Amino acid sequence: MKFPENIQIPLDKWTDQAMDWVLMSFGGFFDALGSAILKFMLVVEKFFLWVPWPVLIIAVGLLAWRVMGKWWSGLMMAGMLFFMGMLGNWEMAMRTLSLVTSAVIISLAIGIPLGILMASSDMFEKILKPLLDGMQTMPSFVYLIPALMLFGLGKVPALFATIVYAVPPVIRLTNVGIREVSPSVVEAAHAFGSSYWQILFKVQLPLARPTIMVGVNQTTMMALAMVVIASMIGAKGLGFEVLLAINRIEIGRGFEAGLCIVLMAIIIDRITYAMASGKRA
Amino acid sequence: MKKIDIHNLYKIFGPHPEKVMPLLSKGMSKDAIMEKTRHGVGVADVSFDVEEGEILVVMGLSGSGKSTLVRCINRLIEPTSGKVLVNGENVLKLSDTELRHFRQKHFGMVFQNFALFPHRTVLKNVEYGLEVQKVDSAKRSDLSMQALEQVGLKGWEDSYPDQLSGGMQQRVGLARALALDADIMLMDEAFSALDPLIRRDMQDELLELQDKVQKTIVFISHDLDEAIKLGDRIVLMKDGMIVQVGTAEEILTNPANDYVAKFVEDVDMSKVITAETIMKKSETIAYYKTDGPKAALRKMKKASISKIFVSKERKLVGIVKAADAADAAKRGEKTLEHILITDIQRVSPDTPAADLFPLLATSEHPIAVVNDSNNLQGVIIKGLILAALAEGTQSNGNENDKAA
Repeated sequence: MKFPENIQIPLDKWTDQAMDWVLMSFGGFFDALGSAILKFMLVVEKFFLWVPWPVLIIAVGLLAWRVMGKWWSGLMMAGMLFFMGMLGNWEMAMRTLSLVTSAVIISLAIGIPLGILMASSDMFEKILKPLLDGMQTMPSFVYLIPALMLFGLGKVPALFATIVYAVPPVIRLTNVGIREVSPSVVEAAHAFGSSYWQILFKVQLPLARPTIMVGVNQTTMMALAMVVIASMIGAKGLGFEVLLAINRIEIGRGFEAGLCIVLMAIIIDRITYAMASGKRA
Repeated sequence: MKKIDIHNLYKIFGPHPEKVMPLLSKGMSKDAIMEKTRHGVGVADVSFDVEEGEILVVMGLSGSGKSTLVRCINRLIEPTSGKVLVNGENVLKLSDTELRHFRQKHFGMVFQNFALFPHRTVLKNVEYGLEVQKVDSAKRSDLSMQALEQVGLKGWEDSYPDQLSGGMQQRVGLARALALDADIMLMDEAFSALDPLIRRDMQDELLELQDKVQKTIVFISHDLDEAIKLGDRIVLMKDGMIVQVGTAEEILTNPANDYVAKFVEDVDMSKVITAETIMKKSETIAYYKTDGPKAALRKMKKASISKIFVSKERKLVGIVKAADAADAAKRGEKTLEHILITDIQRVSPDTPAADLFPLLATSEHPIAVVNDSNNLQGVIIKGLILAALAEGTQSNGNENDKAA
């Protein structure tokens, strides 16, 4: 049986109209925002393309050694990175890494303050929670469309879509981390005459740090996943290689690029995870 | 001088406390109000004061509102109405910023569950209050080290709280409050989480410390023995209201109502009643300078006693036995010099009765109660203690001869 047409609502048209309206009224704002973001991304990208490969490999190895506490973990992480170079994908990998880095930096800059706000206001938490649920359950491809409309093709919409997709975990876990701080400890801080900011920076954030770091880890992993998808709207990098390989049915090329993505995911995940479960600061 | 003065303090938990106030003044009970309005009565019409340098123990069972009350003093819980004057200033009228500064300056607080900062070392925990006040770091660690030394934790400053035992953690809590040099210490069941032996040590140490630092202490406790031991005065609470205020002795010997009487019935009276209460005022004494053996003998006969205390320039110097005095008189001695027994037991007026038993058992003479400057205040003989204890237990409504 067919669903009666006269009670269907044209949400698609409304959305289009709304987008048109947003573009008409705030086009200038999005252009300015886009170019600011682009500038930032180019700086990050320039850095990763400039760093000599041996330096980066050694740096990653040392960092992994330090946070994971075992010299052979460091060696393994450095080895994986080296292998990515051996597959001939160094430059692509650096482009992807720079996109992930930019996305994570901006996500944290937005996410941690929002999480703090969420922890200090029950009202705000109630409003934000369903929104975050929605952001995470929405298929990630959907974000590409408004990103395209607002910023056109290229790196900026890719970054934008990545941030929207990746920011929820860090917001959520910052909120949870702060709320989980024992109320009696916060009460003690109050009793000694601390201000809101003193309690936040001296008590709540340090105690919430492990939980927040789990959020950072998740956000980073989601950013990496999204960056691959975002290559469909013009972000160069490993994801773009995969996309090309699919279009041209080049199985070997796709496999190499895919393998690099997996390796990069492992490296980033292991290191940020170790930071999260690390000992006290 | 009154350090803290609390007038008609109320704390009602719930969205519309103003609706509950009239019910309370009609004399409705806490439970009935909860049933009818879904509002909890934390503290109702509480008024009392704390003298400077005093340890005031607020005592009651759990749910009696004592923890709420202490938090109303520094406004960790916002009172519904009333007045809390500290040094004459109404704390409830302070703005948020003023309140923060007031807390920094006047209140050190110690918590039942320690509430230490787990991410900070012992030293950093103690420094916290000073850090909040933006004291520079050299002075901060100086003062904190002093506080740690006072509580006997020197050498532990770089440990983390979870590496310490419960007793040591609470010492950190105590040091954290001491380091501020605030004039008032609020101690919320500070020793309740510790096991009995450690608790007793901490109580002793607190009293010792108090001798040196002379803070005004409001100590919350549910343990009557603790209240008796620490409290200069005790405020007894039930259902958010004050049942009785007084010294331990007043409360024990003269309970305001059945509730208090029942509360205190298990107390070991011998630990509460002091030498001062038991002693017999000694009217008959011999004077070393003017009285010879004959005069002393006459005084003893008149008072029908067999031994007499001797004082010299208003200081107790010893005791003389009737038999010795008679011998000396026969020998024709003019002074008490040769028959004076100087080896006698002296106790201070606040010695608990329990400590007098062993002294009486070993001493063949009565015990002299003397004040700090060795003036004789009274005399204790065996029969007096038993009589006092029997009286004490009876006024508790307890027929068993527990104390004896």
